Amino acid sequence: MNSRAYRRWAGALPLLAIAAASLAQDDSRDGEEPPALSVIPVQGNVYLIAGAGGNIAVQTGDDGVLVVDTGLPENAERVLAAIRTLSDRPIRFVVNTHVHPDHTGGNGTIGAAGTNEGFRDALRSEPVVPIYAHETVLHRLSGAIEDPIDLPVRSWPIDTYHVDKFDMYFNGESIQLRHQPNAHTDGDSIVWFRRSDVIATGDVYLTTSYPFIDVARGGSLQGIIDALNELLDLMIPDRNEEGGTLAISGHGAISDEYEVVNYRDMLTIIRDRIVALIDMGMTPEQVKAAQPTFDYDGRYGIDSTLWSTERFIETIYEEYAE
Amino acid sequence: MKKVSIVIMAGAALCALPAPAQFNLAGSWAQRQHEDRGERGGGPQIGDYTGLPINDAARLRADTWSPDQWTVPEHQCEPHPIDYAPLGPASMLITADHDPVSYDVIAWHLTFAWMNTTQTIWMDGREHPPEQAPRTWMGHSVGRWKGDILVVDISHVKEGWIRRNGVPRSDLAKITQYWILHEDILQLVTVVDDPVYLEEPSVRSVAWQAHTGYRMGPYPCSARVELDRPRGYVPHYLPGANPLLRDFSEESGIPWEATRGGAEQMYPEYQEVLKRLLSEDAQ
Repeated sequence: MNSRAYRRWAGALPLLAIAAASLAQDDSRDGEEPPALSVIPVQGNVYLIAGAGGNIAVQTGDDGVLVVDTGLPENAERVLAAIRTLSDRPIRFVVNTHVHPDHTGGNGTIGAAGTNEGFRDALRSEPVVPIYAHETVLHRLSGAIEDPIDLPVRSWPIDTYHVDKFDMYFNGESIQLRHQPNAHTDGDSIVWFRRSDVIATGDVYLTTSYPFIDVARGGSLQGIIDALNELLDLMIPDRNEEGGTLAISGHGAISDEYEVVNYRDMLTIIRDRIVALIDMGMTPEQVKAAQPTFDYDGRYGIDSTLWSTERFIETIYEEYAE
Repeated sequence: MKKVSIVIMAGAALCALPAPAQFNLAGSWAQRQHEDRGERGGGPQIGDYTGLPINDAARLRADTWSPDQWTVPEHQCEPHPIDYAPLGPASMLITADHDPVSYDVIAWHLTFAWMNTTQTIWMDGREHPPEQAPRTWMGHSVGRWKGDILVVDISHVKEGWIRRNGVPRSDLAKITQYWILHEDILQLVTVVDDPVYLEEPSVRSVAWQAHTGYRMGPYPCSARVELDRPRGYVPHYLPGANPLLRDFSEESGIPWEATRGGAEQMYPEYQEVLKRLLSEDAQ
């Protein structure tokens, strides 16, 4: 990898590490076939494609195909093949939940494979597949906000929103992008398929580990907790706190309200414990020594060189000690 | 695991009177509530972890758990998970789906009285769903016959509880059921192997008696806001701050250390430890 390419991806490395760890697979092993992607019907018109980086949600219907997040760039062709097992209709829209390359890396390839007559490339007048996202995703990719993530221009969002929500209607379904300020990053959207009763959460909700709080890109634990509370406002279970509205997590399993409420509870409890220790005058080292995440580490702990349970605690300390 | 296997073998041996191989589970079954009294009715007291092979992580979660959780609407309609539901109230209706040609059983459906939860045991050789598929209270059950014991491997379970006073069981647990028929008594041995919260697998048995006259009623639940709470309110105690934790020890006379659970409490040798602790408490 040359130095320029290295710089492009340097900012994304923590996320790549998390994606790899959470999926317990390594697509880069020389000479080995990458693991097959999982294609799982979620509910209504919505499917999950897992194993390409971040989770990918696909909505299909007579109007065509809408794709939420596109995985790592090296997996884009396999994602396209997986989409083709679900529908032979044209890919019409791509939506990004946030800027990280394990969710945006396939934008160019997947966008180029589709078409949308309603949207034209400003330079060549060719129809293009519009990529929707919160405006900070475009700002970061275009350099308006300095950021080491550097995707080709064709991978950038061409239609963004800067308010709290953005409405669409496609395949007979109302779809709403809802901005979650300063959560996993500063540009998170959750994507709510209202008829299918499915929400693609991006990385504000994971089932694999503690959340990665990308402070350098405006993330915060409080923003993630707020986003989870908003998810809970939207999710309605079927009987016995099971089924009903389903959430496609950023990494890991499909969930209903119960899993989301447990994740919210855990993060709230950890926050309260760390704040209590800060109020007692403890230093970051003392807080870590007190093991405020001890009872959850066996389930959600993470220990890579770039993101770890220890760093998770330090990050929360820094946020609430201010 | 060796000790667990011995327990299961012993349980099976006790039921080794003549029984038809691959018996028919279908029918209605009344629960025999002759064991685990502490799990019945009002349930266990806070801080009672006796006999549970839990680790320190489980202990901390249980110590900081608050029953106030049940005032939060999202937690009000949780039924018991598959490894706790059989403890009751759990009279059962069991039906079968048959292959229309061979009449082989494709699936058993076991509906428990408490909140009408239904476990489906697939007998058609299917595999568990992909890792990313949703978790459920009853999990995904795949059954196979081992002689005259129906062995059921359960995956995709939601996080649940080993005891309903906050002692957790993670969604990474491997749960195995052993169904054994002894004349008109149906026995279930459940083994829970949880790498997150257990030091050793938890083993429990329950029994039902055939009851042809049993009729199950509906058990609906709808969540209600009973107390105004701030958005995102999560009831819990900070570590060391639970004022209710020692009540069980003080009221029952069981030494505090013995209320804390641990794998050693599953074995007869622990009686000697308990005698010593009681003796120390008396001094």
